[in-house]
Amino acid sequence: MTFKRVAAASVAALMVASPVMADLVFPSLSYRTGPFAAGGIPYADGFADYMTLLNERDGGIGGVAVQVPECETAYNTEKGVECYESTKGMGALAYNPLSTGITYQLIPKATADDIPLYTPGYGRTSAANGDVFSHVFNFPANYWNGASAAINHVLDLNGGDLKGKKIVLLHFNGAYGKEPIPTLTKLGEKHGYDLTTIPIDYPGQEQKAQWLQIRREKPDYVLFWGWGVMNQVAIQEAANIRYPMDQFIGVWWSGAEHDVKPAGEKATGYKAMTFHGVGSDYPVFGDLQKYVVDAGKAAGDGSNVGTVIYNRGVYAAMMLAEAAKNAQEIHGVADITSAQMRDGLEQLEITNARMAELGMEGFGPEFKVSCANHGGPGAIAIQQWDGAAGKWSLITDFSGSDMDVIQPLIDADSAAYAAENKIDPQCN
Amino acid sequence: MFYREAGDFKTSYRDDNQTFPIRLDRAGYWIVLFVAFCVIPFFVNDYWVNSIFAPFFIYAIAALGLNILTGYAGQVSLGTGGFMAVGAYACYKLMVAFPDINIVFHVLIAGGITAAVGVAFGLPSLRIKGFYLAVATLAAQFFLVWLFNKVAWFYNYSASGQINAPERTVFGIIVTGPNTEAWAKYMICLVFLVGVAWVARNLTRGMTGRKWMGIRDMDIAAEIIGVNPLMAKMSAFAVSSFFVGIAGALFFAVYLGAAEAGESFGITKSFLVLFMVIIGGLGSIFGSFAGAAFMVLMPVLLKNVLVGTMGWPTEIAAELEFIIVGGLIVIFLILEPHGLAQLWRLTKEKLRLWPFPH
Repeated sequence: MTFKRVAAASVAALMVASPVMADLVFPSLSYRTGPFAAGGIPYADGFADYMTLLNERDGGIGGVAVQVPECETAYNTEKGVECYESTKGMGALAYNPLSTGITYQLIPKATADDIPLYTPGYGRTSAANGDVFSHVFNFPANYWNGASAAINHVLDLNGGDLKGKKIVLLHFNGAYGKEPIPTLTKLGEKHGYDLTTIPIDYPGQEQKAQWLQIRREKPDYVLFWGWGVMNQVAIQEAANIRYPMDQFIGVWWSGAEHDVKPAGEKATGYKAMTFHGVGSDYPVFGDLQKYVVDAGKAAGDGSNVGTVIYNRGVYAAMMLAEAAKNAQEIHGVADITSAQMRDGLEQLEITNARMAELGMEGFGPEFKVSCANHGGPGAIAIQQWDGAAGKWSLITDFSGSDMDVIQPLIDADSAAYAAENKIDPQCN
Repeated sequence: MFYREAGDFKTSYRDDNQTFPIRLDRAGYWIVLFVAFCVIPFFVNDYWVNSIFAPFFIYAIAALGLNILTGYAGQVSLGTGGFMAVGAYACYKLMVAFPDINIVFHVLIAGGITAAVGVAFGLPSLRIKGFYLAVATLAAQFFLVWLFNKVAWFYNYSASGQINAPERTVFGIIVTGPNTEAWAKYMICLVFLVGVAWVARNLTRGMTGRKWMGIRDMDIAAEIIGVNPLMAKMSAFAVSSFFVGIAGALFFAVYLGAAEAGESFGITKSFLVLFMVIIGGLGSIFGSFAGAAFMVLMPVLLKNVLVGTMGWPTEIAAELEFIIVGGLIVIFLILEPHGLAQLWRLTKEKLRLWPFPH
């Protein structure tokens, strides 16, 4: 028990010591360790670097400096809870935990604490229904958009007919990997393909059994919902059994440079979905290089600038910064609260003109968030890897998904959540 | 000088057999209980409850459960995570199916269901021991997690396989869900912990506990003097799983609020609880508390010191945490293979003689 007292005393001392900050605080619940660090590091770097850029170049957002305190979660929900509790007292304006499991954990907590959650391209898909999930925003795209976009791409390749085709969903056996299953099942009923789901358990360094099954079933397409070390292993295994790479389509979390590079040239042709542009040919990355990396203020070593996951971190940070600016304008105060931040997110409008001003013209779609729709347009493109050139290129345009199938699923899932937790609709 | 039996006269067998024979110990025990029940609840905030007290109390319950099985009855188990999952999913199904019933009963029934599952998976222990039994319980761990992932009925067919704890109350006070007050969360965990520890202590010093220890020390000899190995082993599995089930139910419903089988109750959880028991001390109630405190509080403390005070980058702090905690485990086990409880016991022995050792 003496140990506990020492621990308690030290923690108490630390909690008293941390001052209340007047800056705009966007905690980054990152993971730079563990099997998913390969994706966690560039994302956290991109997120922090963009906020640093705003501080260095523009003097913050609306004249108020931005702070990004980091907290290591290792993709573990218990540590995620600890991180949330330890950072929310700093005046956190929004959370972006980059983990579907932690998002599920935080949805009720953050809603009760009146702090918005921003989960672009991950988290609970049915949170797109803002009527029920007042504090959760997952624009510009979610997993069900992704599943539908992948099927649309496959439909295009097959002249619109998938009758009798075999499609395998190879997925992480956790909240994240299971999200697309309802949509793919429903789409299977609509288009007549056979869906087989093959789960990969955490952390996914060993996938011989899964790929043996794929080899036996000879599916026409493999859709892949993997993350971290799981991605590299899957692509390597696909190369080993000589599975045609252009029939292997990953979600946006399974389509980064570090995922395909270990398999070398054999990964050429691998496809992945994306909801934003690829490469570093956008002015904002020049600014990042100049003001952040060259100035020695980068969160990482600067080598990730322009890579897929880093760009996604930048994109997410940009959205939050725009929402904060929006909130400042709506409420007429520079030092906003988390409740005002929520309003900023809910009334956010991203236009092409604004994207051009930010140096990100064409990087992402134009859209407008509303009280009922927190999900954005769900426009998704397919990118393909070229092993020889060592880069991704977009092979389709950004296009929408099959909302006739997805919207009823979103409504049903969010209605079930609302009933379980007795939530009244917030939009009227 | 102050810490001694001399002068503390006992006039009945009952007094002679009490848990804390030394006056100072008794006083300390009542003071700790008083502080825990009547002082801390008025000062706790969300951070303290969610990061420190709730995980500490819940892991202490799980460690008590495993300590009964492994420490007292000598049956090695690697299925703790799976049994916690049984408690969590049972509690979830009960909470959703019977929303008007007091959550305390749900937790207790979830413990009962886990006890039944534990007994079923404990049956192999009648034929096999040691490492072989560990492998059998490992199978339980993998089977149970697979089951809760595979069968959608357990998670009410939710899209992602997550279970979410709805809001439930005890005497009108919310104890689960996001609107729980910090003190309510603290109190429900504390009440269960004190209850479980009290039952565990009294079981282990009575006939049941002596039978378990007989089986642990030499099963053939125990059988010869009249211990029924079937009853002893099955009761150990039942009581242990009951406690672990309660821990799992509280872990999901009160502490996390949302869980999924693979992530929250994987094999790492089984090892974590086993380490708590080994580091705390096998066959010791105090050891279960000490082990849980060490494994839960040490990483939080290190994180706060390294990142909060010294401002180190989070990833270096996280790696260093592993190194320091791992190193401390090795050092403890070399210096004192019987765990923190033995260190405590030795300290007390020395204190009795202080300041005049022979």
